[in-house]
Amino acid sequence: MAAITIENLVKRYGDGFPAVNDVSIDIQDGEFMILVGPSGCGKSTLLRMIVGLEDITSGELRIGDRVVNDLAPRERNLAMVFQNYALYPHLTVYENIAFPLRLAKMDDGEVDRLVKDAAETLELTEHLDRKPGNLSGGQRQRVAMGRAIVRQADAFLFDEPLSNLDAKLRGQMRTEISRLQKQLGITTVYVTHDQTEAMTLGDRVAVLRKGVLQQLATPRELYENPGNLFVAGFIGSPPMNFLPVEVSGTSAKLPFGTVELPPDKAEKAQGKGLLIAGIRPGNFEDASIASSTGRQGATFRTRVEVVEWLGNETYAYIPFEAPPEVQQQLRDLEKDLDGESLRSQLVVSLDGASRIREGEEAEIWLDPRKLHLFDPVTGENLTVDRDNAGRIHSAGDPAGLV
Amino acid sequence: MLKKMGVPLGVLVILLWCLLPVAWIISLSFKSEQSITSGNPGFFPSAGTGAGWDNYRAVWENDQFRRAIVNSIGISLIATLLSVIVATLAAYAIARLEFKGKRLVLSLALAIAMFPVVSLVGPLFDMWRAFGIYDTWPGLIIPYMSFTLPLAIWTLSAFFREIPWEMEQAAQVDGATSWQAFRKVIVPLAAPGVFTAAILTFFFAWNDFVFGISLTSTEAARPIPASLAFFVGPDPFNRPASLLAAAAVIATIPIIVIVLIFQRKIVAGLTSGAVKG
Repeated sequence: MAAITIENLVKRYGDGFPAVNDVSIDIQDGEFMILVGPSGCGKSTLLRMIVGLEDITSGELRIGDRVVNDLAPRERNLAMVFQNYALYPHLTVYENIAFPLRLAKMDDGEVDRLVKDAAETLELTEHLDRKPGNLSGGQRQRVAMGRAIVRQADAFLFDEPLSNLDAKLRGQMRTEISRLQKQLGITTVYVTHDQTEAMTLGDRVAVLRKGVLQQLATPRELYENPGNLFVAGFIGSPPMNFLPVEVSGTSAKLPFGTVELPPDKAEKAQGKGLLIAGIRPGNFEDASIASSTGRQGATFRTRVEVVEWLGNETYAYIPFEAPPEVQQQLRDLEKDLDGESLRSQLVVSLDGASRIREGEEAEIWLDPRKLHLFDPVTGENLTVDRDNAGRIHSAGDPAGLV
Repeated sequence: MLKKMGVPLGVLVILLWCLLPVAWIISLSFKSEQSITSGNPGFFPSAGTGAGWDNYRAVWENDQFRRAIVNSIGISLIATLLSVIVATLAAYAIARLEFKGKRLVLSLALAIAMFPVVSLVGPLFDMWRAFGIYDTWPGLIIPYMSFTLPLAIWTLSAFFREIPWEMEQAAQVDGATSWQAFRKVIVPLAAPGVFTAAILTFFFAWNDFVFGISLTSTEAARPIPASLAFFVGPDPFNRPASLLAAAAVIATIPIIVIVLIFQRKIVAGLTSGAVKG
């Protein structure tokens, strides 16, 4: 058990490209830390730097009180689960799990006890004599975890461990990993590009983009107080809607109409001209349902293009025109998020009881208190509640973290 | 009907074509010498000319031949072992490490493999006599190694490249040194490649005639193929064909045994299950 301290870590490849750029994260003892971001954001590189499979260009990495920058992987006492499991195909499940213990020259009785224990925990007991080639994906995944938990490692590192499983199994294994981590209380660093995993597993989540740490906060803080456009767009599903907005006084002019903002939010946006408003799909509602439950907020009328009814909720899609200044920024953002937005449209999540139909004009309610305002140039969230947003990377200076 | 028979028929023709000389030499080895000199053309020895196991017994009791077998087995096994060890290490370096002159090493190896053996015999003869390893085991082991290494390196580096690098990294994270990761994970996974290389090397060394006859002068190191050429028997004008046939059959047996042993180890797709396929 140990804390892992990452200080100004940089990974620069031969061509000068910084895959990880000045990242600082303090992972506390027993904490479940998630590294998340779109592909190519440097999250896997960062994990491999922690475990020692990638050299550190500059910065300092400490496990407990030890600086481990120049130690070989085997001297760091970390356990890692690889994305493709990396099981030893010539060994049985038993020997696969026992492998780290055998390397540590543990005596056979002790090895047997620990392997049986680990197999018990992961329900692998009846598969111990089989070879990995004969196991299903989920079983292989569990063997890989068994190899990690069997020894007294200082921390677990997971590199997208569930990305090779089908959706159902992924859900089960996610719960399993969470349960195991709580049970063992061991420091864990978990890399994923899946935000469901990030939100459900992590004590804290570090969002990375192009090698730079964007925000380090709890899942709830990330969701409610995203530090910038990137984090706002990355966290949440369906993603946050971004609309052009102009604020004058306390009224915000959106493509569908004008809504009244709370004074503290409006104040932060004074004199900034055209901004980007971010509203989560869940902060909209069918106006008739909202008024029947007595919720306060603004309403507007608009034509709904497509409706997707999912039973407990309904997604409605509403197209809008964005001015070119904002459009470019939104398109860049979409590219960063690995997405491909074909048209600018608003996604709203309505109650499943809503009777709004496709192609009809409908009255939609929205909660202006939940609205975020972003600077279209820097992407900064102007209305962020800094006390509840963890640590946010400030846009102006790529190295500086607020 | 004809379509169905096509493949078995083809196989049969090829088998006949390949195995007829073998069958013939086996037939010869069971005929008595008179039977051959008197010109008995039948596949089976005609009445009264069958030699039974006499030829084999005679060959086996021949000191010269027994020495040759020992030489052949010893030299071929040592050459194979050394060649495979060196090739495994070299191929691993070539597959895993980035170093200057990697391409040069590979193309040089290929060039050596293509070099005509005969052109080296003269210089080697002179050199070996100067070094004092003419007519010794090392005198044959060294050229065998240098001619089999290139092929072994190429075969093995292809195998190593197939092994996911994660295997090795996983081993290192699990607490292995680079050497342990290599020995406990990479080598077992490359075993089919190692055995393939071993078989190829052993074949080359066992079947070699040119070096065997040029770089030896006595029974101290003369291998079987060369020894057979010197196998004259009691009458120098009448070579004992049936004895030679029996000797040839005996010389083939170790090859068959080795191939059968190694073949079991060459299980394709040993790495399946290592990573998600």
